[in-house]
Amino acid sequence: MPKAKDKKTVTITPSSPPPAALNKAESGEEVSRRSFFSWLSIGWVAFIAATGGYFTMMLRFFFPNVLFEPVQTFRAGFPDDYTKGQVDLRWKEKFGVWMIRNDEGLYALSTVCTHLGCTPNWQPTAKKFKCPCHGSGFRMTGIHFEGPAPRPLERFKITLADDGEIIVDKNQKYQQEKGQWTDPEAFLKV
Amino acid sequence: MEDFKSLINYISNPTILVTAVIIIFPFVFPPTNWFYKINKRLNIDKLWTGKGLLLMTFVTVAFFIFGLTDYNFRSIVLKPDNVPISGLILLLIFFTWLSMSQAYKNDQLVDQGESVDEYYEAPNDKVLVWPDLVYVELISLILFSAFMLIWSIGLPAPLEQPANPAESPNPAKAPWYFLGLQEMLVYFDPWYAGVVLPTFIIIGLMAIPYIDRDPNGSGYYSYKDRKLSMSLYLFGWLILWNVLIVIGTFLRGPNWGFFGPFEYWDSHRLEALTNINLSELIFVKWLEIGLPQSILLREAPGLLIMFILVAVLPVLLAKTALKKYYNDLGASRYSIFIVLTIFGALLPVKMYLRWLFNLKYLISIPEYFFNF
Repeated sequence: MPKAKDKKTVTITPSSPPPAALNKAESGEEVSRRSFFSWLSIGWVAFIAATGGYFTMMLRFFFPNVLFEPVQTFRAGFPDDYTKGQVDLRWKEKFGVWMIRNDEGLYALSTVCTHLGCTPNWQPTAKKFKCPCHGSGFRMTGIHFEGPAPRPLERFKITLADDGEIIVDKNQKYQQEKGQWTDPEAFLKV
Repeated sequence: MEDFKSLINYISNPTILVTAVIIIFPFVFPPTNWFYKINKRLNIDKLWTGKGLLLMTFVTVAFFIFGLTDYNFRSIVLKPDNVPISGLILLLIFFTWLSMSQAYKNDQLVDQGESVDEYYEAPNDKVLVWPDLVYVELISLILFSAFMLIWSIGLPAPLEQPANPAESPNPAKAPWYFLGLQEMLVYFDPWYAGVVLPTFIIIGLMAIPYIDRDPNGSGYYSYKDRKLSMSLYLFGWLILWNVLIVIGTFLRGPNWGFFGPFEYWDSHRLEALTNINLSELIFVKWLEIGLPQSILLREAPGLLIMFILVAVLPVLLAKTALKKYYNDLGASRYSIFIVLTIFGALLPVKMYLRWLFNLKYLISIPEYFFNF
């Protein structure tokens, strides 16, 4: 056992007598048991009322007057507006959708990375979507192949209107890992 | 000069950098008697003298001054966000040095049978809060406010364009104190690296006084009597946290790729990193039979590894290498200690698996949002 440890025992001797401020004689007035309890209850009631008030305000905060609910369904032009083999960025800013046309048809990819929700960038030279936050990479199909993203990008419902215009419905999404990409509405045959 | 820069760029590759740091670590902060003897024999403990501090500070400052002559390094370091990090590297060196020098000095004092530096005898004199304490506090407050004011005027925080969900900055970096977490997130699913691991870190830090109840060397700075505790803690703090922050600040560039400190941040650099899961590696690449339909069968290799790590390895270690600790700690404290240590060690292991074998997940069940 090191010697140092033995020396570490500390005794503290009080250098001054205990404070006497709470002495009845010095404070001058006497608080009776009964009035102490009524003050105590008033205090508690006030405390609970204040806390409850703040809590109500906090609850109110969860029910805002105006909700920002962007349109989930939009018309995306005609299939011929899109070039084959290219990722179309025109709806990225407004709706968060990449439109991609391949040899067979069109699909609408979500621009939300499946790892933590950043927006990947389309890299035309490398032909991949690359996320700037943790380096996830997706192929043009939306399949994940690098970085930590655990599943492919989601696709949205894509259909043709009667007039031949494309309608993308973001309320309905299709996930590859659940086998939903084979759904006829996840892909628009042209 | 250019050769030196490309050498630095080369060894900044995480595989080399982290390996070097991990190999050097036990000699600087020895966890066992064997390492401790080498530490003494190689005079590494001289780092914790005044000259050692001068040397470490000089090397760091010299590196930064040299680096500032390079355009790429300068643009990273002089970014107002990153200036405090460079300063913090020096502070980290200083405070590590301070505690280690105290510890080694106390070890020496104890060896000579003298009392340690923190030896305390209750004084009989009295110090008043007002003015003695408040006065000092007031002066510190004024000086610090002035310092912060001048700093914030001299190096204004960069204001960028309004946030736009459709456009993430490239690279999108967390505040410096979260860069370690962001680096972990590269190797794990968000629920693990963002929720479970931080919880483990907090619980682990809270559990330290309950796990390590060894009275030897407690209450004052010391190293000799608590080598393993100090070494383990400093490994987690310096390597699993600070090195990750440094990597995130200085070595992560566009598309969250690795760039040497003197390398140009080319956002169009081509990198082919096709990551695969353990299940794909085994069933598709090695056995060539394709992924099994059943999720349990598909993920059996990863689940088996996790079972071994969590259930078999602790028992094995308790019977062999860590027998002494098992006997000292008792079953429950030992289990907490070993599970936290294993999950801590899994972080660098997973990083290496990614760097060396492009391995993505040991267990990958995206159907149920479970990836590890």
